[in-house]
Amino acid sequence: MAKTVVAPPTEDNISRAEMLDLYRLMLRVRRLEESVYRKFHEAKIGGYLHRYDGQEALVAGIVPQLQLPQDKILCTYRDHAHALACGTSAREIMAELMGRATGCAGGKGGSMHLIDPDKGFLGGDGIVGGPIPISVGVGYALQYTGSKNICVCYFGDGAMNQGGVHEAFNMVGLFKLPVLYILENNKYAMGTSVQRSTGQLDFVLKAKAHGIAGERIDGMDVLNVRRIAERVIKQIRETGEPYFLDVECYRFFGHGIGDDNTGGQKFYRSEEEVSKWRQRDPISQILRDLKHKGYINDEQIEAIEAEIKAEVEDAIHFAENSLEPPLESLYENVFSE
Amino acid sequence: MAVMRYQQAVRLAMTEEMRRDPNVFLLGEEIAQYQGTYRVTEGMLQEFGERRVVDTPISEIGIAGMATGAAMAGLRPVAEFMTWSFALSAMDQLINHAAKITYMSGGRIQCPVVFRGPAGVGTQLSAQHSHSLESWFAHTPGFKVVMPATPADAKGLLKTAIRDNNPIIFMEHAGLYGLSGEVPDDTEFMIPFGQAAVRREGTDISLVAYSRGVQMCLKAAEALAKDNISAEVIDLRTLVPLDMATVVASITKTHRAVVVQEEWRNVGFAAELATRIYEQAFDELDAPVERVAGADVPMPYAKNLERAAIPTDADIVAAAKRALA
Repeated sequence: MAKTVVAPPTEDNISRAEMLDLYRLMLRVRRLEESVYRKFHEAKIGGYLHRYDGQEALVAGIVPQLQLPQDKILCTYRDHAHALACGTSAREIMAELMGRATGCAGGKGGSMHLIDPDKGFLGGDGIVGGPIPISVGVGYALQYTGSKNICVCYFGDGAMNQGGVHEAFNMVGLFKLPVLYILENNKYAMGTSVQRSTGQLDFVLKAKAHGIAGERIDGMDVLNVRRIAERVIKQIRETGEPYFLDVECYRFFGHGIGDDNTGGQKFYRSEEEVSKWRQRDPISQILRDLKHKGYINDEQIEAIEAEIKAEVEDAIHFAENSLEPPLESLYENVFSE
Repeated sequence: MAVMRYQQAVRLAMTEEMRRDPNVFLLGEEIAQYQGTYRVTEGMLQEFGERRVVDTPISEIGIAGMATGAAMAGLRPVAEFMTWSFALSAMDQLINHAAKITYMSGGRIQCPVVFRGPAGVGTQLSAQHSHSLESWFAHTPGFKVVMPATPADAKGLLKTAIRDNNPIIFMEHAGLYGLSGEVPDDTEFMIPFGQAAVRREGTDISLVAYSRGVQMCLKAAEALAKDNISAEVIDLRTLVPLDMATVVASITKTHRAVVVQEEWRNVGFAAELATRIYEQAFDELDAPVERVAGADVPMPYAKNLERAAIPTDADIVAAAKRALA
């Protein structure tokens, strides 16, 4: 099994403003997820709900470096963070989650199907492994048109055991398409650990078996993710060839809302394990770094919190005061014109 | 007009559309270097090059995903399944992705992709290679389902399919590939979806079919004519959208109907068709709708058993006579 490369103490050439942006984006994701959880329990949001808490660095370290909307992003049903990072407003996200006409998919997609093609975000996907075959075509279209753009495709460790994923990896490796695969390796496919689901735990080896180079990296440190992503994105643009990052991370909450509500987690992971990973919370880490560098003080921390709180409250207010989709729209959008 | 085979008409449609629109490209198994298992894509690699005529591995999930993703990103792919039986491997990409992305995105994503290839039964290919499964696709909102019965329709409907902004299930019948007929030369010859064709006019009974079933109905109508029964033959051309107006108009004239499908009888498209006739033309009917369909068995290999499993023009004649009895 490939060893995770833990970053040396950071010496990144990163400005204060950029560091603050990373902190702010991750905190926006966290606060949005917390509010979404509350709204689910108020029965304002239905269906499934999958929180991103703990994995924020995988989005913040990568998405802001892309050229959106020309670059394209695909991801899983755990997609709120990706939408926010792509530039979908908290309003449109919250409205979609509440099933309102003003949502980013007009209320027809919901939590698992946030989407914003104008921002380069081609959507969350409710099927484990589902976006990976799609990424072949998105990558092919980018190559076909001769652009230097790339497709970033996020998926989980559970997807690595889906047959179609290997068909798709083989084709991407064969055709040498400009796709960056981000394995959100949070160690559990729903409640089944990678050790209990996977014969070969070296996921990079599996990518390499299909002709895709890759590496395993620590995903709890956003500066590490950012640094590696910067290099890799540049490399894909230059070579047009795919790359695979097995990003080690952890989700602080259950797989989905059901897992949290029924306490399913206690059957597959210990509280000690969760609290151990919480000590590496990517938001706490960057806040520590910011403080260490003297880039932030308590007053500024409070100001950012207040600004984000206002954004989330505004989104909730917007969504709750938006209309549901009109019933006449039931049969609309089955087909395009 | 030129006389050509159905298979050539399919090729002509793709060739014309690729000359017209640089965003159209082909992908599939053995379509390029090998020139197509049924030679449908013969010569296309030579004309368009490997960027636009893409040989894929034998990976139907990958093919369906690649086509869907490329369509979502702005191209107009035409993906070939070597046979529709192999599309079964790709059902998640087809049903859960291609068919739904436009709706799930509230109309913000278009998915202009054609999935095409040979379907149908009848050459001792046995159980795993004798499908069309059009009822499965017609059952799924988001697909348009196209099943041409003649060479001219193969061209005109495929051109419409390639220019449509939606996922299209385009099923050619392998048993029709050798059928010759006149095909318009016009590069703008397009047949709109949802317009059935009256292939033969008649007054006593309506025979409603699609794909090879139309050819069987035309033979049956010939046979019925010898018994002084005047049969009208309706070719649906597209199952989704479905032109019930033409069907109802015919039944309003004939007051009797036989619906024909080659696929398994149970829960098949013919049942949907019969139900819609009851819903929309019950008062016009002088007899129950007769249904002619395939036997509800995995397709047997032995020639005699296979024959017994597939509907024939004789079955249609018998059904028509029951309806007229």
